[in-house]
Amino acid sequence: MLKKLGVILVVVLFTCFMALVPAMGVVSASPKSAQERPAAESAYSKTMVSKEGTFKVTYTSDPEAVPVNKLHSWKLKVETADGTPVKDAEITVGGTMPEHGHGMPTMPSVTKNYGDGTYLVEGMKFSMMGWWEVNFNIKAGGKTDSVTFNLRLQ
Amino acid sequence: MPRFTLLTVAFMFFMITGMGGVSMAGDKDPQQIHQWSEEDKKVIRSLSLSSLPPLPPDPSNAYADNPKAIELGKKLFFDKRFSANGKVSCATCHIPEYSFTDRLALARGMGTNTRRTMPLIGAAYQSWFFWDGRKDSLWSQAIGPIESPPEHGVTRSYCAHLIIDKYKSEYTEIFGSLPKVTHKSCPPKASPGTGNAVALRLWKAMKPGDRDAVNRVYANIGKAIAAYVRRIVPSPAPFDMYVEAVLRNDQAAADRAMGPDAVEGLRLFIGKAKCTNCHMGPLFTDSGFHNIGIDYNEDKGRAEGIDKVLSDEFNCLGKYSDAKPEQCGELRFIDSDKSKYTGSFKTPTLRKVADRPPYMNAGQFKTLEEVLFFYRKSSSKEAEHQNLTDEELLKIEAFLKTLSGPLSFP
Repeated sequence: MLKKLGVILVVVLFTCFMALVPAMGVVSASPKSAQERPAAESAYSKTMVSKEGTFKVTYTSDPEAVPVNKLHSWKLKVETADGTPVKDAEITVGGTMPEHGHGMPTMPSVTKNYGDGTYLVEGMKFSMMGWWEVNFNIKAGGKTDSVTFNLRLQ
Repeated sequence: MPRFTLLTVAFMFFMITGMGGVSMAGDKDPQQIHQWSEEDKKVIRSLSLSSLPPLPPDPSNAYADNPKAIELGKKLFFDKRFSANGKVSCATCHIPEYSFTDRLALARGMGTNTRRTMPLIGAAYQSWFFWDGRKDSLWSQAIGPIESPPEHGVTRSYCAHLIIDKYKSEYTEIFGSLPKVTHKSCPPKASPGTGNAVALRLWKAMKPGDRDAVNRVYANIGKAIAAYVRRIVPSPAPFDMYVEAVLRNDQAAADRAMGPDAVEGLRLFIGKAKCTNCHMGPLFTDSGFHNIGIDYNEDKGRAEGIDKVLSDEFNCLGKYSDAKPEQCGELRFIDSDKSKYTGSFKTPTLRKVADRPPYMNAGQFKTLEEVLFFYRKSSSKEAEHQNLTDEELLKIEAFLKTLSGPLSFP
């Protein structure tokens, strides 16, 4: 008899708890989008290997924290897979927001080759917070490859 | 009996906690209404005037912060002599008492224009000017309407003579000597910028040195006006006081600053309605161009502004600009893909928006309610608001009304 009562009590208390859950904000729907943001932390690294594995590319932003809706520049370091600087690359750049279907409000470009495997990218501007993909198409030594960086701007 | 007691207690517990849960999830508990997550606090702080940086420098205008230029600019702004009928000044459309706009759907100077007067609030923080961004500095923007036939309807040559006749000492004190031109060497009707064939013929007949000298005076008129206009900035509104109260956890001050509907509207504005995608920062604009699906009546907006700003002799890279080329980033890296911008117009500031109807690039809507209901109806990819209820739209409207504070200007 007591055991039965205990079961009833557990059921009732559980029901109470479930009624509270939404109020506590425990349950929340995840936003749906056509293209999902990459979940892995490594996807947001500032150093990425190009699609075919030809180049290892590192970016640094000036200012260091990539700003929202502000014109700024990046420096790009391009190396071969074994770490040799790539000094004569032809590079084009473009950025998109996959969840919104639009690109950057500017047309950035490489304006300076420092000659040691680093390049200045001017005209970078990300119009809003959120997930951005920045793509560099790199042509050097008879090879063409592309590299994509993911950014979470806030 | 013990069984009855246990069940009763359990039932009462359920009723109390269960009901509590419902009320917390449904109607807002007065204690809860000003609760914001740390993430949300960051966003509302970014919209507050406390996040507005000091006036940004304008490298293309060496006189932007010159006190004498501000003074002269103010006089020029209100001077009706700079118009063909002597009745139009900048202030004809940019009326200070009306937040520097004019209550009209389409601006009216010498004639009626095809677009609405833009607000000047916080203009110094913008990268592009006019609805289509055909200008890239405030000084270059300021001289645009002077030669436009339906606006001031005069010429740059006429303006140069007016400065020589009426503002000689003030001008020379700031900008140095005035050109020695006469009505013969520089006919007051001469201009390359009015679209008038006679004006263009007269302009072409002038000596290159005189044309350059007149252009210089004309640019300086713009630089003085810009020195004044760039100081038209918003002062704290109820929304800004609300953010401050929330950040210091002052419930009473938060209550005083914004009513519950407006607070809910703010929550929608930064959340479900995603208004901050474009209306971001303390001036509530991204300074960008968007097609929101409005009927733009053949006006292609930004798609036509791109070539105009690139070919403008008064742009940042032109000879009348004081900037070094590397300081003209926005122009150098302009997105010149016109196909993306048909029917796109600049995101205007929302500061004081409730005080200055009508709305949109051609005054298509008389009230904020009309604007918000239009946004829900729009099928534009840049304005996805179809999921908002009537009640939610009205709450956003209540929030927008909290963005009206006083303006500060010289």
